[in-house]
Amino acid sequence: MSKVRVLVGTRKGAFILESDGKRQKWDVSGPHFAGWELYHVKGSPVDPNRLYASQSSSWFGQLMQRSNDGGKTWEPVDNKFVYDGVTGTHQWYDGKPHPWEFKRVWHLEPSLTDPDTVYAGVEDAALFRTTDGGKSWNELAGLRGHGSGSRWQPGAGGMGLHTMLLDPTDPGRMYVAISAAGTFRTDDGGATWKPINKGLHSQFLPEPTAEVGHCVHRIAMHKSRPNVLFMQKHWDVMRTDDAGEQWREVSGNLPTDFGFVIDVHAHEPETIYVVPIKSDSEHFPPEGKLRVFRSKTGGDEWEPLTKGLPQSDCYVDVLREAMAIDSLDSCGVYFGTTGGQVYASADAGDSWMPIVRDLPAVLSVEVQTLA
Amino acid sequence: MIRVVLPAHLRTLARVSSEVQLEVAGPVTQRSVLDALETRYPMLQGTIRDHVTRERRAFVRFFACQEDLSHESPDTPLPDAVASGTEPFLVVGAIAGG
Repeated sequence: MSKVRVLVGTRKGAFILESDGKRQKWDVSGPHFAGWELYHVKGSPVDPNRLYASQSSSWFGQLMQRSNDGGKTWEPVDNKFVYDGVTGTHQWYDGKPHPWEFKRVWHLEPSLTDPDTVYAGVEDAALFRTTDGGKSWNELAGLRGHGSGSRWQPGAGGMGLHTMLLDPTDPGRMYVAISAAGTFRTDDGGATWKPINKGLHSQFLPEPTAEVGHCVHRIAMHKSRPNVLFMQKHWDVMRTDDAGEQWREVSGNLPTDFGFVIDVHAHEPETIYVVPIKSDSEHFPPEGKLRVFRSKTGGDEWEPLTKGLPQSDCYVDVLREAMAIDSLDSCGVYFGTTGGQVYASADAGDSWMPIVRDLPAVLSVEVQTLA
Repeated sequence: MIRVVLPAHLRTLARVSSEVQLEVAGPVTQRSVLDALETRYPMLQGTIRDHVTRERRAFVRFFACQEDLSHESPDTPLPDAVASGTEPFLVVGAIAGG
């Protein structure tokens, strides 16, 4: 019997939600690391009981945790993130040079082949890697050393590297997204990088089609088509069919093209999900209705999914790391809200139910499909 | 024996339930006490002082003998009562306010 394990990071700890393949009854454990911010918790694809967690606080800084038993027990691992070589500067909010300063780990991406290798996306934006299960972290400085680094600038939420996609067919290829620098690709395992932002148009930039500076909120890929990426940008839903060489807008009939999450169906590479959010000033669902929008055509044409979701007086947000999709036959879709709910759909989005309603604000949601 | 009281989150991290007692070789200063603390409990590295600069994190304070020693030099000798173990050295998370 298949099982799923949902890993939830919140403002005040981590929670682990487990169910059988029916995904109707859930066991909730936690809070793990109570009182700390858990930006991200993610498991190794090759050893599902190997979990990594980013734990932080304004008081005591960054900690990293590792579990070898699916989250029952944890051990702290190395938490030292030191930029490689000359630290250099990026742009500050006032346009002046500002030295890179490590603040926290936003995203963890375990290797597709080795449970001891994990990538960490951090604020101020940079990419680190461990190859010894978290005992030490080293920067892949080619990303920050790209010629555009001195022009990167933080958004209101900071300058974080928040998304990483690993190409399952090419170990050298990887994509990252940074707010507010844009999307970058490496084809040589992280040694060198290129910005891949052609086709993006950002009104808030003095040059709206600039090489870098775009506030990309999230990118997503289906493992069977690693050259096709979908993007939720700070305004505009986009797609590329050539590994980021060119993007085109697919926002279509969405009620607003702003949002944070975007994800792809486990078995239908042209079926994608977003949660439209009203912006700039409000950051809650339009009309107080929490709706997931699904496109079965890879964008442009969208349908609202509302069954089981609040359709009045709902003013929560769904943050960029807070959606995940399992790989059971009828794929499950999960998302968490700043109101502390985690919603699950066991039928690819047709209907929804809350797994939990009253957690702290949800920062991240990941799901593991277990044999 | 130097006595150190940690805030609740760091006691949990270090897996200690009450104050910590440390042997400190040489002069008893903030630096020598924290060095000894981090040697005994390596998981505390980076949580009280910055990994690189070794400076106190902004929202952490150091108290002893009813005095705020946060802005003292890390190499200034701590009060005799701390050095003798009569009084503890307190690592405190700053109040959040609100």
